Amino acid sequence: MKKLINAPDAVVQDALRGIEAAHGDRVRVMYDPAVIVRADAPVQGKVGLISGGGSGHEPMHGGFVGPGMLDAACPGEVFTSPTPDQMLEATKAVNGGAGVVHIVKNYTGDVMNFDMASEMGKAEDIEVETVLTNDDVAVEDSLYTAGRRGVGVTVLVEKICGGAAEDGRSLQEVAELGRRVNGNGRSMGMALTPCITPASGEPSFELADDEVEIGIGIHGEPGRFREKIGPASQIAERLMTPILEDLPFSSGDKVLAFVNGMGGTPLIELYVVYAEVAKIAQEHGLSLERNLIGNWITSLEMQGCSITLLKLDDEMTRYWDAPANTPALKVCG
Amino acid sequence: MAVTRDAVLDWMNRFAGEMGEHRQELVRLDTAIGDGDHGTNMDRGMKKALEKLGAAEQADPGAALKTVAMTLISSVGGAAGPLYGTLFLQLGGGLAGHDEVDLPTYAAAWRKALEGVQSRGKAEPGDKTMVDALVPAVEALEGASDLDDGLRAAAQAAEEGMKATTPLVARKGRASYLGERSQDHQDPGATSTYYLFKSAAEALAG
Repeated sequence: MKKLINAPDAVVQDALRGIEAAHGDRVRVMYDPAVIVRADAPVQGKVGLISGGGSGHEPMHGGFVGPGMLDAACPGEVFTSPTPDQMLEATKAVNGGAGVVHIVKNYTGDVMNFDMASEMGKAEDIEVETVLTNDDVAVEDSLYTAGRRGVGVTVLVEKICGGAAEDGRSLQEVAELGRRVNGNGRSMGMALTPCITPASGEPSFELADDEVEIGIGIHGEPGRFREKIGPASQIAERLMTPILEDLPFSSGDKVLAFVNGMGGTPLIELYVVYAEVAKIAQEHGLSLERNLIGNWITSLEMQGCSITLLKLDDEMTRYWDAPANTPALKVCG
Repeated sequence: MAVTRDAVLDWMNRFAGEMGEHRQELVRLDTAIGDGDHGTNMDRGMKKALEKLGAAEQADPGAALKTVAMTLISSVGGAAGPLYGTLFLQLGGGLAGHDEVDLPTYAAAWRKALEGVQSRGKAEPGDKTMVDALVPAVEALEGASDLDDGLRAAAQAAEEGMKATTPLVARKGRASYLGERSQDHQDPGATSTYYLFKSAAEALAG
């Protein structure tokens, strides 16, 4: 394994130093506990928006800290949920008196740590609302699993809720909007290769040269099944069919389509996939109103992609279009 | 025999040693059905806990375990941080104020620790989690008439509980995403829990 690192245990700290060096004019980086905060936080009277999760998914979440998106992000170790003291510190740093929304991806560790942080925040008289994302249709949602994973829709929730918070909407309104985005979004991913965490140095799973894993998670969790690699059109179909059936999306729906790279796939291939997504969407009578294409919620160096479809309403569209100025995502008003 | 502060410090020392020694084994087990971070997280957390234990005088067994709990909660993350943090917090709470802990007090504290873990993680026996090693170990302690025998019986029961996770289909945590593909793998959380009881028997039993 070759990686551009100094030491496996120092990766997160060293990356934070890079973020501080590059974006110190607009974000404040705290190291103990590790939190990336908007430089002008807390914004008085504005609902604070924080998220966090294991590192290794960059630019999510730290790259989305800035006006129009997150007020703070808590980076955990690679693929490991951050800790409650980080989340509490972030919550306090962004509380401008209007309460704080925690955007939490549905993973056992993230949920438990954010639960503890939410209890601690409330104990300090800060109003906290949690928006849980669980949009991954690859996971059977039942009493017998930890529930669906939070994946691509998380980026959309952070952008749309960020717009609403900037617009002065209340804690309840921002949280409800976030839940509506999650409720109307569905995702599924696939991998051409596994990823390698710096600490383990080992591939997250074994995949033959001619195989793909369909239904992959963003931590290299194996997916629903593996098969011989086919053309991009077939792979797009494999991901789109369960997504379309699950909501279900129906003819006439206005939709945002998000084709996300897992970190190691070039943009040209993501556009090949987007062409297939657009074709399938058209065949189903969906109106593709907005899109996002690129590496936004990654899985280290994994090659592959995920597709997220979000059924839009006017409010979501308005806040999707609202200005944002973060290190990773910029939207001009 | 009784559980004393020095014995608890020895126990935590040994448990940290097991986490360091078996770090790769836990990573391998977790890579198979989870996200591969269990060994590194527990090793990092217990090393920090030892630093904290060494940095200040621990008043009694309960205080020492609370120090471990708070360190794990604030340094481990993942699922293991809140779960082991809650375990040690409840265990320490049950031992608080005792300089020498007898078997009934120790077993009752473990019952509270088990309840804390289950209420935080919502896992039931058979879900292929650390609870599968915890439940038989706590029951062995409760059924013992002598502390030394109880500690050894608990370690043995935890080992059997750990091994019994292999054929199970995971219903909690990241392993549950795999459905039946989680079968034929030993659960990493149950494995670290076995090492906790193994080191307890070595440190606390006479």
